[in-house]
Amino acid sequence: METILVLAHTESDGSLPATAFEALGAAKTLQAALPDAKLMIGLAGERVGDAAKAVAASGATRVLGVSGPDFAVSRYATDAAAAEALTRSGGATLVLAAGTARMLRCLPGVAARLGGRADTHVTNLSVADGKVFVSRWYYRQRMEGTLTRAQRPWFIVVDPGTQPAWSGAPAQVAVEEVAVSLPDSARRTTVTGVRHVAADAQTIRPDAELLFVAGAGWTKKQADGQTHVPEAETLIRDFLRLTRASLGSSKSLVDLGGEGQAVLSFLSHLNQVGQTGATPRHPKGLSTCCHGEEPHTVGWRFIGERRAISLDPNCGWARGKADVLYVADAFAVLRKVNELLARG
Amino acid sequence: MSFSFQVVVCGSVVPDPLQTLEPVMTPAGPALKNELMLPVWFDPWAGHALYEAAHLAKQHPGSKVTLVSLGPKAKLQQVLMTIGQKVPFEFAALDGPAGGFTEPAETAGALAEAIAALPGLDRSRLLVFGGWESAARGAGVTLQTIAEKLGIDDVFLGVDELKVWPDGGLEIAERIEGGRHQMSRCAGPPAVLGWATGNLPEPKNNPQVGMMNMRAVMPALQKARPVKLPGEGLTFTAANVPKQLRQTRIVKDAPVDEIAAEIVEWIRK
Repeated sequence: METILVLAHTESDGSLPATAFEALGAAKTLQAALPDAKLMIGLAGERVGDAAKAVAASGATRVLGVSGPDFAVSRYATDAAAAEALTRSGGATLVLAAGTARMLRCLPGVAARLGGRADTHVTNLSVADGKVFVSRWYYRQRMEGTLTRAQRPWFIVVDPGTQPAWSGAPAQVAVEEVAVSLPDSARRTTVTGVRHVAADAQTIRPDAELLFVAGAGWTKKQADGQTHVPEAETLIRDFLRLTRASLGSSKSLVDLGGEGQAVLSFLSHLNQVGQTGATPRHPKGLSTCCHGEEPHTVGWRFIGERRAISLDPNCGWARGKADVLYVADAFAVLRKVNELLARG
Repeated sequence: MSFSFQVVVCGSVVPDPLQTLEPVMTPAGPALKNELMLPVWFDPWAGHALYEAAHLAKQHPGSKVTLVSLGPKAKLQQVLMTIGQKVPFEFAALDGPAGGFTEPAETAGALAEAIAALPGLDRSRLLVFGGWESAARGAGVTLQTIAEKLGIDDVFLGVDELKVWPDGGLEIAERIEGGRHQMSRCAGPPAVLGWATGNLPEPKNNPQVGMMNMRAVMPALQKARPVKLPGEGLTFTAANVPKQLRQTRIVKDAPVDEIAAEIVEWIRK
């Protein structure tokens, strides 16, 4: 019989991240498919009361909590200690959590500590013959594997956006407080803050409807034999402002920036999608001036509707990968698109 | 006050990303078709970790960088001919599988043993570097497991920046959600850092560095201990390349105004 524990950390305001409800949704699906499986919830943070109320109606038999100032921040030693205590206290065999930076950092270590195993970036869970199976991607989203494990506890960290979120009305619930005794060595690291880019320069928007991918073509010589990098920057910046789209970039464009060439002032490696970048999830994607090989196309593996603007009708980035390929000058098209968007 | 570090970088080979990869099921689980024939690269994120390690060592005289690799010996040798020309390092090798379907806990166990066995290992100066994920398994599990096995409490993942303060403290920028960085201050070594891309460009090849490295690399490869990763308790039922070929509608010779209007309508839909 499996004992399922959903692990989540609270935000600074005491709420749960949206992705935690997706992990809970996945756990509920598993529980329904596993006869006699028990469901518990483990919360960690400075305070966990509000978060516990938010998940009280989920049908969990126990809600466990680790709280206190030491657990307010995202720090490996304290996060791992909290997750270890919650897992031990609940006697969990399956531990589900959302793939936040905080959970991805600590849970594999906790699995090692408890003699279990961890699988991250899980995109699908299923049950067959009473066994749990998970699917995840390998070789940078180029192939998908399905596996099961004998070891317990098994930590399953699900990728955000892949699972249906559980929802329910807040309710009162008694939180079983789990005590954690921290050694001094757990406090060797102090979180000093979060570094943001300026609000209008923040081009990575995970919740955006649209991913706009800028390729190296924006920096190449155009029909007049000249480069038009400042104009490209203005066009892209205006487009992002008007659509609130998230900005992705191919590796080549990011690398040009790293080599000191004038590219796009707001572009960094954080924008990079593909083989050595992110594989974000957005309902729509528009690629521009990209010329693609497989490393690029993996960058939009998880984009729903895809369109591309390229001068090359045989572009590997687009053909067979995009729904629509516009063979046109991206400068001219984007200029007109911005004009239409600005008119409202 | 100056500090010196003992930086151990974990990294291995991955298939050249321009190769078409096809999974095949074997009695031991999934593998890549013609895996031994595929050209390989040094894992890109581990490469960033290695360049950052070399940069740190250069800034802090007396520091030492050791690359610890678990991979097929012949493939490691190929890759080291290139990566060995980039930056100076010492080398320790384990001869075993480095594919994406291997069990990270077992990989980490073997690497942790190899690190613990390094001659003259000084935990008070030890920084373990690696890529935050590999381009093969892409799990981000190995480094935390190594930290647990070595008893290191300070782990950072998705690192883009490391600064050493005059008191020996480490300031670290880690990637978090929404294109932001969490800034942390760690008292000092030992610590484990899983690097994202960092900020350094790829160093140019330097044949002198290559000659110097190869003197140590070849004996290390010859002494590489064979490692088996049986994947105990792990059963794969499938490994597939997704069939996601789309019927692309190609819009050619259409006026810009028409294309722009269609795109705007699609965005607003």
